[in-house]
This record gives sequence, C-alpha cells and structure tokens, in this order.
Amino acid sequence: MNATSSAGQAHVDTGSSPPRLMLSGDWTLASYPELLQTCEAIQSQITAQTVIDLDGLSRLDTAGADLINQLCEPIPAAERWSDHEHQPGGRLAMLRLVAQARQGYGPPPPPPGRRTLTDGLAHIGEVMAGIGQTTVQLLGFGGLVLASLAREVSHPSRWRLTALNAQIEQTGWNAIPIVALLTFMVGAVVAFLGATVLKDFGATIYTVDLVAFSFLREFGVLLTAILLAGRTASAFTAQIGSMRANQEVDALRTLGLDPVALLVIPRVLALLISLPALTFIAMLAGLCGGAMVCSLTLDISPTMFLGLLHSDIPVANFLVGLVKAPIFAFVIALIGCREGFRVSGSAASVGAHTTSSVVQSIFVVILLDALAALFFMEMGW
Amino acid sequence: MSGSGAIMPGTARPATSGTGTEDQDVVVAIHDLRNQFGPQVVHDHLDLQIRRGEILGVVGGSGTGKSVLLRSIIGLQPPTQGEVRVFGEDLLSLDTEAREKLEQRFGVLFQNGALFSSQTVIENIAMPMIEHAGLDRVQATQLAHLKLALVGLTREAANKYPSELSGGMVKRAALARALALDPEILFLDEPTAGLDPIAAAAFDQLIQTLRDALGLTVFLVTHDLDTLYTICDRVAVISQKRVLVCAPLDQVAETPDAWVQAYFHGPRGRAAEAASLRASTRQVD
Repeated sequence: MNATSSAGQAHVDTGSSPPRLMLSGDWTLASYPELLQTCEAIQSQITAQTVIDLDGLSRLDTAGADLINQLCEPIPAAERWSDHEHQPGGRLAMLRLVAQARQGYGPPPPPPGRRTLTDGLAHIGEVMAGIGQTTVQLLGFGGLVLASLAREVSHPSRWRLTALNAQIEQTGWNAIPIVALLTFMVGAVVAFLGATVLKDFGATIYTVDLVAFSFLREFGVLLTAILLAGRTASAFTAQIGSMRANQEVDALRTLGLDPVALLVIPRVLALLISLPALTFIAMLAGLCGGAMVCSLTLDISPTMFLGLLHSDIPVANFLVGLVKAPIFAFVIALIGCREGFRVSGSAASVGAHTTSSVVQSIFVVILLDALAALFFMEMGW
Repeated sequence: MSGSGAIMPGTARPATSGTGTEDQDVVVAIHDLRNQFGPQVVHDHLDLQIRRGEILGVVGGSGTGKSVLLRSIIGLQPPTQGEVRVFGEDLLSLDTEAREKLEQRFGVLFQNGALFSSQTVIENIAMPMIEHAGLDRVQATQLAHLKLALVGLTREAANKYPSELSGGMVKRAALARALALDPEILFLDEPTAGLDPIAAAAFDQLIQTLRDALGLTVFLVTHDLDTLYTICDRVAVISQKRVLVCAPLDQVAETPDAWVQAYFHGPRGRAAEAASLRASTRQVD
C-alpha cells in the first residue's frame, strides 16, 4: 500500500493478440480528472476480446475501480476478471463490489428541461397564491387563538401565570434598555431636524410640538413595534419552531395538551402587556431626547418644554398612539407563533421561518399603522 | 504488544491491552489520555491502539465517554492531558494545512448522521470531493452516485433532503459521505442504533464487506451486541475512566469484572452469543 506513488496510466497494447489493456500506477481519487481523460481517450479501443493486465497497478480505491469498470464495460462481466485470481488482497473484491453496486443502482433520471418563460410566470403565480394562502391561514390561526383564549379565561385554575411571567420578563422587561435608548436617540434626531428646518421661519419653538406629536402619535408605538417584531417575533418562531423540529409539539398533543393554549396564549398575553408598557416608555424616552436637544441647542429649558407640552398637546394624541399598541402586539405574537408552527423537520426550516416571521410582522405593523393614520386623520382625532 | 505482519481480515490475533512499541500496524495510538469537563473526569490514564485493517468495537455503559473518546481521536476534543497519534502524527500540533490533509484520511459517521440539512443527499456526498479532490460538479456527482450505490441506497434517495429520509437511510447516506474521500479509517458512532434488526444486520454486513474490499480500519462505538459478535475483530471495554480490556470478544467476555460479566452474560448477551454460534455452525455445515 505504501509503494511509491505514480499517476495512473492506461494504454492498449494492440501489437499482441488479443489486445491487452495495460493499467499501471495509482488509480485513486487524487488523480481522478486525469484518469477520466485517459479513459475517454482509449475507450473506443476496448472490445469484448480485450484482456486486462492489472500487474502494473499500485494503488486502487473505489473511484479508480469505478473508472476501470466503466472502461471495461465492453468485456463480458463473467470473463472480465477470470484470469486475475492471483491479484493481491481485496483488489478484485473491490472491483467486483463497485461493479455490483453500480448494477443494483437505478437508471439515470431524465435530464431536467430548460426553464422557459412559462415557468417564470408559473412561479409568480405560485408566489401570489402562496401570499393569499398565508393571509387566510393567519386569519384562521388568529381565530384559533381567540377561541382558545376564550376557553381558558373561564378557568382561572388553568391560567399559566408562571409562563406568562417568564414571557413578560423576556419580551418586556429585558427589552426596556434597547427600546429606551433607541427612541431617545430618534427623539433627539427629530428635534435636530425640527430645529434646522423651523429656524428659517423663526418658529423653532414648534420643535416641541414636532417631537411631541410625532412621538405620541406615531414614533413611540411604531419604533417599539418594529423593534419587538425583530426581537420577539423571531424568538417566538425559533422557540416554537425548534420544539416542532424536535417533535415536542406532537408530544404535547399526545399528552392531551393543547399546544395553542400552552405555547401561544402566554406569548400573546405577554406581548399584549409588554408592548403597550414599552410604548409608554418609548414615548417618554423620545420626549426626553427631544427635550435634551431643545435645552442644549434652542435654549428651551426642560421646564418650558414641559409647559408647552402641557398647554399645546391634547391628551388625545397620547391615546391615539397607545390604542394601536395592543393591536400590533397581537399581530406580532400571532405571526411569530404561527411561523413557528409551520416549521418542518430541519434546522434550515427554522431559519427560513424565523426570517419570514420578522419580515411579515414588520410589514404588517407598518401597513396597519398607515391604515390607522388614514383613519384617524379622516375622523379628525 | 508486538505486532508484525498484516492482520488478515476476520482472523484476529490474540492480544492484550496496554502500551507497546510503535509499529507500522498501529494507525491510532492513544497514550495516557485524560479528559475532564469541569470537575468531572471522563477519561484518566487511558491507553488504546487501533491496528490497520481491524474492526475495533468500543463498548461501555452510558456516560462512560465512548463518544468523547471518538471526538478525542478525530481532534474535535482537545485532551486535558495525554497524547493521541493518528498515523503517527499528533493532530492538534499540526498546522492547518497538514491537519486538513490528515483529516481527509479518515471518515466519520456521527451518531445522528449530521448530514447538512440544507443540501440534498447527493450534494452532501459530492461536497468533500469538490472541496478536496478537485473534481468538478459533474465528476463529483457521478462518483457520489457510486458511493450511494455502495451503501445500498437507490437513485430515488439521491435528490432528497435529509429531513425526508428514514433513520436507516440517514445512516447509510452519512456512511456514504464518510466514504466520500476513500478514507483509510472509518469512525462510526453507534451506526446501528435506531435501526430495525434486519437493517442493522445489513449495515454490519456492509461495513464488513467494505472493510474487506477497501482495506479499511474501522473504529466502532456501539451498544449492539450482535454487531460485536458478528463483525468486530477486537472489543475494547471502557470502564472506570480507562480501557479495562481490549482483546478478541471471547477473551473480553471472560474478564472477571462485574460490568463486563453483566454485559456479555446477561440475557441479551447470551442471546447474541447463541445467535452468532448458530450462524457459525451453519457456515460449517
């Protein structure tokens, strides 16, 4: 086995009768591409009468054995190795094993056809139909969750307070720093923007209104919802998805437990509590960011900022902002959990559905916010 | 131990465990190995040698560190102390290039297959050939089909994803991937666990056929007594943090140790022994 290595070679000695196929050197995976070329070159010279000479062969592995077998295809299988019983070790065994394995293997599949324009159109159609189905499924899942919620509410003994508590800690409490920091910075940015634009009109005092209106009505809830869509929806999908991949969800079912009640309800309720609370914190942090910029660059002291806030901004703006929070919370939790349940088997599927859940929930949150803005404007609220 | 001359397949020589001089027939030599996770010591002063061309079965109770031993040999688990030499080299002290080269000389079948879930079966097998052997995709796929055929899978399985395969097919596909680069040593972690008896027997047969034809050395972690009786040349028992005994099965079974006695002479051990006896007498007839 440790003979000096030399590249494998093959040629047909046509001088002798019958013609001899001389094989020599290493027939191994390392020189596979070269061997393949050699074989193609001499393939046409091999006939049923050709005699094989293996004496020069030094090393052989399955890749080489496969090539030799293909090369010797024209020689009837029964006679192919009849004169080689003296060959060392498992060499013949390997050649036979490889030939046998190839024989028992199915026929090659038909080559795939070329992609045409129709395929592209069909793909677009499939995607559209998929979006439609997804929407219908999401509505169905929402109904399922509401029905389950209604069932559970009437049985206080079955409330899962520990799970709820743990979820609130994960989705709400642990998110406070990032939400507060992010909205604080956006508040400062909005104030800077106001200061720059309103300066030309000598109306920098309205920066306060700009920050307050935008954060109370829109940014507070929207930024929080988007952040939680990225942070929490993905977590829900990954948690439930890996449980599904591990058959834990099936195990729950066989134990007579409702996966929706056990896994989804605590998550939905936790987000229904966390998101409004975080929204409130986001509004405060945004206003603080605005107040800081106002006091540093516009000489509007925090006291004056608060005074203007009090006199100029009706409380309805706060309510308009906050009323959206539970709706967003429900949608985010719903999408996160449902994508988790759609995971099948593999780890790749967990990843794909996690991505999908984040994209969907951010999309739906912004869509709903736009609709709500239209609605509130028409109502004059 | 003084090994000289090739070990013929199927005819294991009497041997005792312990250290010995390095010789050509030893492909893996473990010396004074110690593995420790926090306060928990898994291996201590463990010695083991794997000889060229043999099928070595490793047994031991759950949690005795059989899989950890396998991971130590293939370099996934740096030992706390001691030395593991594969083909006379210490894997962990080699540079990246030399290590990669050495790693191509062994194939590993992990307990749950560890097929890449984002690739089809055929892509799984073709990947190492494309990466290491410099084949193009067409050539690699062509050869990958041969490996699939060798492990007894059909063409239908080739384009499936691992999640669409049954447990036995996953094991076979994973074995095909382990064989992709025509390795010299095959490491198998519980290859027959979770297979039905017929599939398990076929798998044993397959490993023996491959060993005889390809001249493989096989290191096999198993709980399957039938595997031990039918294909293993030597059996190593891991107990009390070291290799208690490493010898042909009949000698191991005679070891005066409570665990070994319970293992080989319990109801399952007796059944497997009887089955192997029946099989060998049938051959004689």
